Amino acid sequence: MSTVERMAGGLGTWLDDRFGVARGARKLLRKVFPDHWTFMLGEIALWSFVVILLSGTYLTLFFKPSMHEVVYHGSYVPLQGVQMSEAYASTLDLSFEVRGGLIMRQIHHWAALIFVAAIMIHMLRIFFTGAFRKPRELNWLIGNVLFILAILEGLFGYSLPDDLLSGTGMRILEGVLLGIPLVGTYASFFLFGGEFPGQLLIPRLFTIHILLIPALMVALITVHLLLVFYQKHTQYPGPGKTNRNVVGAPFLPIYTAKAGGFFLIIFGLSAILGGLVQVNPVWLYGPYHPAQISAGSQPDFYMGWLEGALRAMPAWEINAWGHTVSLSVLVPALVVPGIFFTLLALYPFIESWVTGDKREHHLLERPRNAPTRTGLGAAGVTFFGLLWLNGGNDVIADKLHLSIYAITWFTRFALFLGPVVAFIVARRICLGLQRRDRDKVLHGRESGIIRRLPSGEYIEIHEPVSVEERYVLTAYEVNRPLELTDTVDENGIPTPNGRVRKVRSALSRWYFGTRVEKPTPAEYQQLTAGHHD
Amino acid sequence: MSTHDEMTTGAEGQAAPSGPEHTSGLVQRDEVRGRHARTVDDIVPAVDGVVIEADDHEFAPVERITPDSTVARTYDDPFPNPGPPHHEPRRTDVDPRAARRADRQVAGMFGLATLLLIGFIVSFVAVDTDQMISLPLVGKIGAQNALFGITIGGALALVGFGLIHWARKTMTAVELVEPRHPLRSPEPKREEGAAAFRQGIEETGIARRPLLIGGSLLAALGGLLTAPLVLLRDLGPLPEKKLRHTAWAVEQRIVYENTNEQVKASDMHIGTLVAAHPLGVEDPNRLAKASIFLIRLDPSEVKSQRQLDWGYQGIFAFSRICPHVGCPVDLYEQASHHLLCPCHQSTFDMVDGAKVIFGPAARALPQLQITADGEGNLMAKGDFTEPVGPSFWERG
Repeated sequence: MSTVERMAGGLGTWLDDRFGVARGARKLLRKVFPDHWTFMLGEIALWSFVVILLSGTYLTLFFKPSMHEVVYHGSYVPLQGVQMSEAYASTLDLSFEVRGGLIMRQIHHWAALIFVAAIMIHMLRIFFTGAFRKPRELNWLIGNVLFILAILEGLFGYSLPDDLLSGTGMRILEGVLLGIPLVGTYASFFLFGGEFPGQLLIPRLFTIHILLIPALMVALITVHLLLVFYQKHTQYPGPGKTNRNVVGAPFLPIYTAKAGGFFLIIFGLSAILGGLVQVNPVWLYGPYHPAQISAGSQPDFYMGWLEGALRAMPAWEINAWGHTVSLSVLVPALVVPGIFFTLLALYPFIESWVTGDKREHHLLERPRNAPTRTGLGAAGVTFFGLLWLNGGNDVIADKLHLSIYAITWFTRFALFLGPVVAFIVARRICLGLQRRDRDKVLHGRESGIIRRLPSGEYIEIHEPVSVEERYVLTAYEVNRPLELTDTVDENGIPTPNGRVRKVRSALSRWYFGTRVEKPTPAEYQQLTAGHHD
Repeated sequence: MSTHDEMTTGAEGQAAPSGPEHTSGLVQRDEVRGRHARTVDDIVPAVDGVVIEADDHEFAPVERITPDSTVARTYDDPFPNPGPPHHEPRRTDVDPRAARRADRQVAGMFGLATLLLIGFIVSFVAVDTDQMISLPLVGKIGAQNALFGITIGGALALVGFGLIHWARKTMTAVELVEPRHPLRSPEPKREEGAAAFRQGIEETGIARRPLLIGGSLLAALGGLLTAPLVLLRDLGPLPEKKLRHTAWAVEQRIVYENTNEQVKASDMHIGTLVAAHPLGVEDPNRLAKASIFLIRLDPSEVKSQRQLDWGYQGIFAFSRICPHVGCPVDLYEQASHHLLCPCHQSTFDMVDGAKVIFGPAARALPQLQITADGEGNLMAKGDFTEPVGPSFWERG
């Protein structure tokens, strides 16, 4: 018996005596995890979050969350003698006087960028493969909340140094709060402790950033992972894989080694970026001052779409009965993200209602095999992407020598037309790909071999696809729309909810109306029987 | 009926019946073609002696929701599941030399990581903080920070790559198959659970006095959740009329933003635009509303009579705080007399009362009435006549 085994045995005995861990150990330790590169996206988010927690804890040892004004006397010459908040001064000290402080700050920032980006791509994967379907709707909702929390956490985090760039972001936040009808001024006065900028914002953001939101996120991530563990991971359709099994590698040792290794790689990558690639150089921006501004300033990438929405909105404002409703703030900053996040969160329920599908799904769908969903996803991505691009309209105008007004006008129309076009194109592409798959199953793949027949005719040899590939290409659902039979019962009395059911059946027709049928064995046999070469 | 359906089809290992006869009272528009018969042959053996079933997508049956509509049966794999692919041994499984080489590679990565960590300690102690270094692609950066990144980041990544290499090359590679059971409990268990819950509620006796106990408890809980909200009251003062006034007052002198020196009318040339604020005001809270800019224009170009009246010899003072969301407006184009907010590109026409000609700002920049004292120093005639900055509900 090796030392490792002996030690593990001792620990195991100790734990089992107290907690009875041996009972579930075999099942847990050898639990099967399916493997696919897209399953790594959520892992990137998870591990970058751990990196953020570790590096962030280090930063709190040096950062002073105070707006008390001091005069800078540190080693960064251009700012010597300049008046600034303690928050900004301690960020400079952290960057210039503390050995390793700068890399920790940059690791923290890089990992935060990776975190939000990974969440977004992970969510797209979940969406486009239908992984959110029953029984995983709750985990989709938790993921949505985590996404929103991550964005807020990022915004508050990069605002803490109290530099000119992020301070301008807080000024915009104040403007947005003021724009809320009825309670806006109160919300703003309560957050800032009075008028902007006040003395309290940074310490308050600090508490929210290092305690409130992280605690919520840790709790939600724990539930998120437990649910993945309990419900077992989804898998892509493939040979040997069914809706009733999980095929993959055991938790110990393969999954543990790979996941642990992957965490270290994410950490390593953040550290290499933090050491070599500058991010958020706050000393170049200077301390925040409400009467200063710099042109071409950009928020972190995940705020860009809201910035773009603010920029695209026309100057609409309602003044009536002694009150003002600032639509040019309210719509882009609250209504648009509100609708976007609501639709995103409710999508699993909407789809299940429209399609009438209430079954358990553990096999993922290839995006092409759910053309309408893929089209909707493409529309959403287009909408988000256009807003995001418009958030950089000044940079685009500058670099490409375009009129900033022309870009904004383009965005205003494209926001409505772009998603529609994206939907139609994406759905078409999906249907086309389905037809190609069908073709491949029935006629085989093009071998590139051209044969000349005795008659002088040229034909290309098609090779039949393997049994495994044929299975993968046909293991999916072709759904049919819900059919409305009667809106009146046998006595001629309208059945309840007649209108709702009409809407639902219309939506269902729209969802499943256009489809490509799967090849059947009969078709296959008919075709292959005729081919004797 | 759907419960009955689920009961029978949801049971483990049972082939799921489907077809029109099971959708009693429902219309199925399109019979699925080429249904693959489920037979014993569909049970395919997997590795490790675990038996898996052929694909069965009727895991839980389609639920019929409305009395007269249905999801027509949809799913079928026309071709049988061929079962898991044959396990191909890796090179390291069959060639001991390859396995030893993989072991050496893994140990090499772990060893190199340790060396890098020593390098990290050395760079912490021995490298000067303000030493710079030029690296390809990234340019000139702090040497110590770069070394930290390379050593720590490299060590972390190497241990990570080592672990994954180990897992891929020499750890036993088995593809395991684990059965998946329907998540919902079998019907008797559901009944048991519901009964236990009902019993628990029954034993509280709440059904006998729902209003007295239940109602008062709900009210108290509601109170517990809402009453502490008053504690948030002192987060800040009430807005009152604070957003309506700024630091500007009668004869308040105007100073340059950067130098705090008084602005003389004679300093301003046509086309000049400078940022300014009230003399003696340093508090950021007051500056956040009182910040202005002064601009001198050729009066014959100015279209707005009010703008002319409120200015002094072609010098005009406007709030610098954008009425959209409060950024200081700053980008002035002399030729067109357009002033642009760098945040969201609201554009103001400086020869027409700072009217908005593009962008999300809904109102012109408020103008400050100015004049000059006997020495030619510019000063305000009073406060702004309207609130400056972003719109708010009570603004009107």
